[in-house]
Amino acid sequence: MSQVDVRPAFSLRFLRSELRLIAVRRRNQAGLAALAAVPIVLAIAMKVAAPGTGERRGGGPDFFAQILGNGFFVALAALGAELTLFLPIAIAMLAGDAVAGEANQGTLRYLLTVPVGRVRLLAVKYAGIVAGAFLAPLVVAGTGIIAGLILFGGGDVTTLSGTQIGFGEALLRLLGVCLYLGLCLAALGAVGLFLSTLTEQPMGATIALAMLSVASAVLGQVPQLDWLHPYLLTQHWTDFGEFLRDPVSLGALRPGVLVALSYMVVFLSAAWARFAGKDITS
Amino acid sequence: MTDLAVASQGLTKRFGSQVAVDAVDLVVPRGAVYGFLGPNGSGKTTTIRMLLGLISPTAGRHELLGRGMPDRAAEALPRVGALVEGPGFHPYLSGADNLRRIDACDRTAEARTSAARTAAALDRVGLSAAAGKRYRTYSLGMKQRLAIAAALLVPRDLLILDEPTNGLDPQGTREVRTLVGALAAEGATVLLSTHLLAEVEQVCTHVGVMHRGKLVAQEQLGKLREDATPQAVVLTDQPQAAADVLRKLGLTEVTGSAAEVTGKIGAVAPEKVVAALVHDGVPVRGFSLQAPSLEDVFVQLTGQGFDVSG
Ligand SMILES: Nc1ncnc2c1ncn2[C@@H]1O[C@H](COP(=O)(O)OP(=O)(O)OP(=O)(O)O)[C@@H](O)[C@H]1O
Ligand SMILES: [Mg+2]
Repeated sequence: MSQVDVRPAFSLRFLRSELRLIAVRRRNQAGLAALAAVPIVLAIAMKVAAPGTGERRGGGPDFFAQILGNGFFVALAALGAELTLFLPIAIAMLAGDAVAGEANQGTLRYLLTVPVGRVRLLAVKYAGIVAGAFLAPLVVAGTGIIAGLILFGGGDVTTLSGTQIGFGEALLRLLGVCLYLGLCLAALGAVGLFLSTLTEQPMGATIALAMLSVASAVLGQVPQLDWLHPYLLTQHWTDFGEFLRDPVSLGALRPGVLVALSYMVVFLSAAWARFAGKDITS
Repeated sequence: MTDLAVASQGLTKRFGSQVAVDAVDLVVPRGAVYGFLGPNGSGKTTTIRMLLGLISPTAGRHELLGRGMPDRAAEALPRVGALVEGPGFHPYLSGADNLRRIDACDRTAEARTSAARTAAALDRVGLSAAAGKRYRTYSLGMKQRLAIAAALLVPRDLLILDEPTNGLDPQGTREVRTLVGALAAEGATVLLSTHLLAEVEQVCTHVGVMHRGKLVAQEQLGKLREDATPQAVVLTDQPQAAADVLRKLGLTEVTGSAAEVTGKIGAVAPEKVVAALVHDGVPVRGFSLQAPSLEDVFVQLTGQGFDVSG
């Protein structure tokens, strides 16, 4: 009587539906617009402000000073500025929605009774977060380049090593920066997915992840804790500046990549361990 | 193996020290419309969550459509439509988009026919006109209807509906009743948790009654009522005297109004009751034996108290 035909093990319908769900949500659209607004505001502010005010303290290479000379640096400066809070918050929003949000709306129980296997559910949810993690830096960089070109013009770019590279190559390197930051944010997203399986309150997961990210950055500034620094998720995020050296030293990027991959393995496993047998009482 | 749509043995769920579901042995034959009754907090939803694999039982095991759960959930659940503890949808998507989302997650559902099936499901619950509205703007009953539509997106062998008529208007309630009848006629089994006993009397073939986590009765509907002690109803203009006679004969729970006295007849022979009434000079205008209503049976099984079991 009941002929169950389980169709292809691999189908993109669920993933597409997930990406669409993320994309049509107004809050996410507004968040992306806010991320994109930062480089525009920054470029205008630099244009308006008097030259020679490039003083800035703390982490990462300083790209602000070079903006006036080449619009290319608007993208890098904006990425650096958004890396401590704005980008992590964006990922935290997505992660909060991923599992806790579905639980909160009561949609989780209906997904599971469809049935969507729990591993498959986590995989698709994480894929959605990863998509956001890579899209966000690209959007910031994209608007940064456009705003920079309009206000300051382009031309050959001076690398951190003092050499000159063409604008086209500089764009390629910017793409590398975005991919590197995408990976870093995807690792943060893995932590977020885990947090999202712990609660039915999406805001709780979001705030927890944003706080974790900020706390990690703060700990990274404390010299007495330098034994801890290599293990901090955020420690190597500012290494993206390495893409602006000549030649690009992939070795310098390795610690950041390794930390990101390690966080992914650990926290995706934790998310699976937590979620696979969890009672869904929402 | 069996011809049962749902079968459980010793299904138990503990929340901390509380036993929410206590060794429940459900037997739902294929083709049945099974009314799953019980006071608030008696463990119906918890049982349903276990059946669907949303929570894991503390003890016991069960099968859906002959497939052991949760191991063979991937085979069983595509044939099971479920409504658990009210609707749950994305507020910023339209009703139709919400259904499409659920359908997209279903590996066994054909993408090609998705649009047609979505439209048909919406039509079946009378939501076609509101299909494009955002879910957040739906009324309580519209939300409930959408949840029923989601359970009907693909053909089902078993429907597990937890209070499907909650929040529905009288027409909606009636339509759900018709719908359940139609689904049963198509050969589906329906497990229906509800508080509307009148609905149960009209559509259900079987009844299971939960009380404080235990399944205290499980029968065919007719049999359940037969088994319960019938009531003697005496029509008279001297209710006080009639009541005295009934009590003397050993009838229990004797109650009277202006023109009528009723009592549980138990093992007393009906003809003896009439003879005794006549003998004592009580004018009898009418005498009948009534099978108790489902409500009487329900109260008999689960007690009078209004307090929830918790
Ligand atoms: N997640 C949980 N944690 C602790 N206790 C729970 C949980 N879920 C349910 N319970 C308890 O289990 C008991 C049964 O609840 P359940 O929701 O199954 O009742 P129900 O029969 O569906 O009631 P209703 O008719 O009101 O829907 C209740 O006492 C409830 O408090
Ligand atoms: Mg309930």
